[in-house]
Amino acid sequence: MIAFLASVGAAFLAFLAAAGRLVIFAGQALAAGLTPPYYPRLILRQIVYVGYYSLPVVGLTALFTGMVLALQSYTGFARFNAEGAIATVVVLSVTRELGPVIAGLMVAGRVGAAMAAEIGTMRVTDQIDALTTLSTDPLRYLVLPRLLAGLVTLPVLVLVADIIGVFGGFLVGTYKLNFNPVTYLTQTEQYLETMDVVSGLVKAAVFGFLVALMGCYHGYQSRGGAEGVGQATTHAVVSASILILLSNYFLTQAFFAQ
Amino acid sequence: MSTTPVPKIAVRGLEKSFGRKRVLDGVEIEIAAGESLVIIGGSGTGKSVLIKCILGLMHPEAGSIRIDGAETVRLGRAARAQLMRRFGMLFQGSALFDSLSVWENVAFGLIQGRGMPRQQAREIALQKLAAVGLGPEVGLLSPAELSGGMQKRVALARAIAAEPEILFFDEPTTGLDPIMADVINRLIIDLVRGLGATAVSITHDMTSARKIAHRIAMLHKGRIIWQGPAAEIDRTDNPFVDQFVHGRAEGPIEMEIRAA
Repeated sequence: MIAFLASVGAAFLAFLAAAGRLVIFAGQALAAGLTPPYYPRLILRQIVYVGYYSLPVVGLTALFTGMVLALQSYTGFARFNAEGAIATVVVLSVTRELGPVIAGLMVAGRVGAAMAAEIGTMRVTDQIDALTTLSTDPLRYLVLPRLLAGLVTLPVLVLVADIIGVFGGFLVGTYKLNFNPVTYLTQTEQYLETMDVVSGLVKAAVFGFLVALMGCYHGYQSRGGAEGVGQATTHAVVSASILILLSNYFLTQAFFAQ
Repeated sequence: MSTTPVPKIAVRGLEKSFGRKRVLDGVEIEIAAGESLVIIGGSGTGKSVLIKCILGLMHPEAGSIRIDGAETVRLGRAARAQLMRRFGMLFQGSALFDSLSVWENVAFGLIQGRGMPRQQAREIALQKLAAVGLGPEVGLLSPAELSGGMQKRVALARAIAAEPEILFFDEPTTGLDPIMADVINRLIIDLVRGLGATAVSITHDMTSARKIAHRIAMLHKGRIIWQGPAAEIDRTDNPFVDQFVHGRAEGPIEMEIRAA
């Protein structure tokens, strides 16, 4: 029994230590941004990489999510003659939850993994040490631009995903379920509040930051060659996905709990 | 009355462990200004760790590292960054940045570390590439397009680009054919002499060690067990050095590995 408790305690302490290291890593990277030199070109390059190149996959996912949501809502709501609520359900679901969560998860898979692999490879090939010997702070040069890009870009990406997702619902609603287009759009707009969209964008900013943080952190901590980089990539995607879903609950509660 | 000159680098009682494994166990060594010291030793004896501790890339648990008499072990980030400007480092695997062209790699420390305008840094980079025998056309290539020997030369150009006071070479000839290894050795000698720099190298390659060293030190089990002028390495009666220099499987080093 003592041995069991000891192992639980050791695991808990290890978790706290890992969380502490992560917070210190993020704090040091953000603190580096308070003083020059700044690297606007690198930030811009990351914004393009995180945002522009993620647009096809996020857009496609949002489109089909909106379409499926409309179909499924219709199947369910038709059982109690509530088909008229489909447009509202689609727009609220997409803007509040599905847009930011799906975009976050897709970006975690595409961008978080790439960040971990790139920084991890730089770590195991001594490129990060080389940066330091060339009087360049790796946190400032490598990590901060990625964190800022994640923070700034995902809300824009989610805004686009929201529009595409709602459009997907509109396509199914009007062409397959035979809703009147004007009625569908009126219902879409009627119950949508600013807070629904804003909350999704705030979530997106948090998710973007988490994805970039986990990618950079696990890449930065890579050890042991190709295997270590592979593990870092896996850890980055898994931990970012878990943190997205976990933080989504708390953010939703903060925004909408009565 | 004569005073003893302050060593360029003075390492005292340096200790560094990874978990339970003590890699450096009280390293003591001094390197004079303008001297070229080569540290030899088997794999896993802590040679790279020693260099990384001196550079500040790793933090020792105990001991002192003085550069020109000033303690460097517990420097803050800003002071460490200032100190780094005095160092140049050639990494074992070259550690060139994949995403940058060759000239941008060489000019990196000048542009990012010192805020030099790109055009000026480019001119210096091309001069340094010429100094290691590479033409300006190489500057436009990416590191992936270069052979191992060319990558080493680019890394060498990068290490000397800011004309540092102290140069570190981590296995400079590993993985190169004997002719290219000799080219690198000659470049190291010429460049170190030309800059008037202090050089610290680590290597397994005894041909390279004999060629580039004024003095050789052997690291074994985390301690310096022998040091002396390069010319004396073949005359020492130290059995560890003798075994290592002659590359014999039988000897005290092998016996200890078996006992472990």
